[in-house]
Amino acid sequence: MSVILFTIIIVIGAYFAGLLGSLTGLGGGFIIIPLLTLVRHVDIHYAIGASLVSVIATSSGAAAAYVKEGITNIRIGMFLEIATTAGAFTGAILAIYVPTTYIAVLFGVILIFSAIMSLRKKAEHIVSEQSPLVKRLKLGGTYPVDGEMVEYGVSNVTGGFFMMLFAGLISGLLGIGSGALKVIAMDSIMRIPFKVSTTTSNFMIGGTAAASAVVYFQRGYIHPAIAMPVVIGVLFGALSGSKILVNATSSNWMRWTFAIIVTLIATQMIYNGIAGKI
Amino acid sequence: MASPGKFKDTDMQLIIGWILRGGVAVSMAVVVIGGLFFISHHGHSIANFSTFKGTPDFISTPKGVFENAFQLKGQAIIQLGIALLIATPILRVVFAAIGFILEKDHLYTLISIIVLLVIIVSMITGRIG
Repeated sequence: MSVILFTIIIVIGAYFAGLLGSLTGLGGGFIIIPLLTLVRHVDIHYAIGASLVSVIATSSGAAAAYVKEGITNIRIGMFLEIATTAGAFTGAILAIYVPTTYIAVLFGVILIFSAIMSLRKKAEHIVSEQSPLVKRLKLGGTYPVDGEMVEYGVSNVTGGFFMMLFAGLISGLLGIGSGALKVIAMDSIMRIPFKVSTTTSNFMIGGTAAASAVVYFQRGYIHPAIAMPVVIGVLFGALSGSKILVNATSSNWMRWTFAIIVTLIATQMIYNGIAGKI
Repeated sequence: MASPGKFKDTDMQLIIGWILRGGVAVSMAVVVIGGLFFISHHGHSIANFSTFKGTPDFISTPKGVFENAFQLKGQAIIQLGIALLIATPILRVVFAAIGFILEKDHLYTLISIIVLLVIIVSMITGRIG
């Protein structure tokens, strides 16, 4: 296949990956890695490198808007980034030694898990709890709800911190944003309001991905001929996705359809991983 | 902008938002320009990435990326754009640290510096290992 044809196919594929990733909230990496490895037979390390670059582009682009609106909690983000960057660094180093079979299977498992998580009902809850540690770290904050600023607290900081170590590790190992894991840490464990959790997760994804990208970049995992069409396609796909989301709330059947498609892709990754085809 | 003594969280939000948006816009522009050079010169070469061979030798070092980017080699320009993209969230951490210094928030100045240190250690280890 010629370079020009390869580039065109990847840009189109990455566009739909970015679009789907944005509509489901799973992120573009989840679709682009299977697309590159299963359909285009690109080596998984190149796929991970390219995906990681696209993750930085989309999360930084989206985070810029949320930060200005004042929904993102920069202190929670910075504090938990100690855990995610340390995890991401470890994951990037591990990726060099872990056989690709295991990487493919783990990818499939995390993908299925995230698809299930995306079906979950998103209930907005606010805790007023402020432990001495939370007060000392100034983690509590306010965020706009229908034009009014509402105060919120944070619980189980230690639990959330350890979950973030794991989220960072997965991000560095698989080249994804692992937004689903970050949201679990903040929403389910630390009981931070959902809107704050998702936007702060988005804010952290870029910094986390950068910590492993500096390793991948120097080890030759980020190939310009692959990363270029991937990052362009995914970013524009994600931009289109966010425009659609503003105009329409994702309906139930739409989320189920996405979850089923994603689960099928994940099964393919697991099968090919076990069969040694990746 | 507010004077240093009155630097607030909202000022930091504005600056961080601006850095993220600007960083993505600039780096993407560089990647697109590099892509156009790359395709116009190598569009009809064969693309095969089924086995891992790292990146081409001429862009395997930062020096190589810079020198070849200024000689308008497509892949080097793309690599430069990607490096700028990776630098964007790192720059965001740097500016958050500066913001916390201006706010006289010592704890979060320290936390920002720890995050930066982790990324720097990752950078150094990535080269050596």
